[in-house]
Amino acid sequence: MKLRETIFDPIFKNNPIALQILGICSALAVTTKLETVLVMSIAVVLVTGFSSFFVSLIRNYIPSSIRIIAQMIVIASLVILTDQILKAFLYDVAKSMSVYIGLIITNCIVMGRAEGYAMKNGPIMSFFDGVGNGLGYSIVLIFVGVFRELFGSGTLLGFKILPLVADGGWYQPNGMALLSPSAFFLIGFFIWGLRTWKKDQIEQE
Amino acid sequence: MQNASTMKTILVAFLLCVVCSVLVSTAAVQLKSRQVENKKLDIKKNLLLATKLITNNATRDDINEAFKNIETKIVNLETGEIVTDINPENFDAVKASKDPKSNVLIPSSKDKAGIKKRSKLEKIYYVKDNGAITQVVLPVNGKGLWSTLYGFMALSPDTTTVLGLGFYQHGETPGLGGEVDNPKWKAQWAGKLAFDNNWKPVLKVIKGSVNSGNTDASHQVDGLSGATITSNGVTGLVRYWLGDHGFGPFLAKFRASVEAGGSL
Repeated sequence: MKLRETIFDPIFKNNPIALQILGICSALAVTTKLETVLVMSIAVVLVTGFSSFFVSLIRNYIPSSIRIIAQMIVIASLVILTDQILKAFLYDVAKSMSVYIGLIITNCIVMGRAEGYAMKNGPIMSFFDGVGNGLGYSIVLIFVGVFRELFGSGTLLGFKILPLVADGGWYQPNGMALLSPSAFFLIGFFIWGLRTWKKDQIEQE
Repeated sequence: MQNASTMKTILVAFLLCVVCSVLVSTAAVQLKSRQVENKKLDIKKNLLLATKLITNNATRDDINEAFKNIETKIVNLETGEIVTDINPENFDAVKASKDPKSNVLIPSSKDKAGIKKRSKLEKIYYVKDNGAITQVVLPVNGKGLWSTLYGFMALSPDTTTVLGLGFYQHGETPGLGGEVDNPKWKAQWAGKLAFDNNWKPVLKVIKGSVNSGNTDASHQVDGLSGATITSNGVTGLVRYWLGDHGFGPFLAKFRASVEAGGSL
């Protein structure tokens, strides 16, 4: 039972973006297209999962004075590994994500889970906690990505949904949806919706 | 606390670093050849896309097969002569443009592409069909809003008409300047006339859409909406590379030799 909560709680109940407001920067940067969103999500799920796993494995050996930097080394190594693998096997996608894969290192969620959970729990649970938080991050990213690609380009995963005026259709794309600020609005709407549904997430006045 | 002794701290840090660096460097070395190959293939693909020899969903084999129709040469930009003593396989113009020994600074009055320096030599590509040159492909690059755009421009053998243009590397905003990759927009370039009567490059990416009744319509391409600076950048780089500081001297010699019935 506990395992299930570890994985699924971060999705709605304790969402890292919506409740903890972490990892906002990449949620703005990579969400113009759903395809990059999906690759980014998979990458973050794997990196968070494995970094928590490895940090937890060595947690009893890490001296507390250097624990943050030790976590950082594990995370950075995994991110570089991900980046290298993407460049070798999914070149086109890696090209469109350019620096953002590397920037997973700076994603607060990864570090937050390593420090907040993996340092105190066993490797298996830490792994699932990482995966769960990665999924929580993914769900917000996918939400934002769907809206931005649909309203900004009239497509989803590259398939035409709304025929654009430029191609002889009726839909005038919303240029704002393609710019980063639109993600702020969408994340705002997501948080609003989530807190209307789960009232306990509203902070005390 | 036992964990906190200085010796142990150093030891753990050291071991962790060693393990991680071995892991990362092994992956980097193992995957390097694949990555380099991907990058080369991507450049070839974009070159071929500009020539319309392949379509966007071409496979690796299609690309390599189509590339057999391409002949690579190296040109001295200043004289416009073909250089024969360097193997095009081993020549990298982007690298050469960064090396003070093999680059020239572009005077700012001429630097429409905003790149400040370029290599003395550049690669050019002939598309051949049964030995006859059917297209000339020129590598072009120049500044957009955020990044330098790298791409290829295919010209007809009389060098007057653009057959295709495409970029293989840039960092423009997706959806705005990034629309330089939009196939619809790229398709407009085909058939545009690159020069005026005095061989001055006059192609322009305008603001808004081209009015086909306009006398200059054959020299104009629709602007990218919301991306004025990228659009101007494309105008600048096309004009620079077709101009007298870019491929101008080479194109003049090439035309002369085609008119004389020979091949360069």
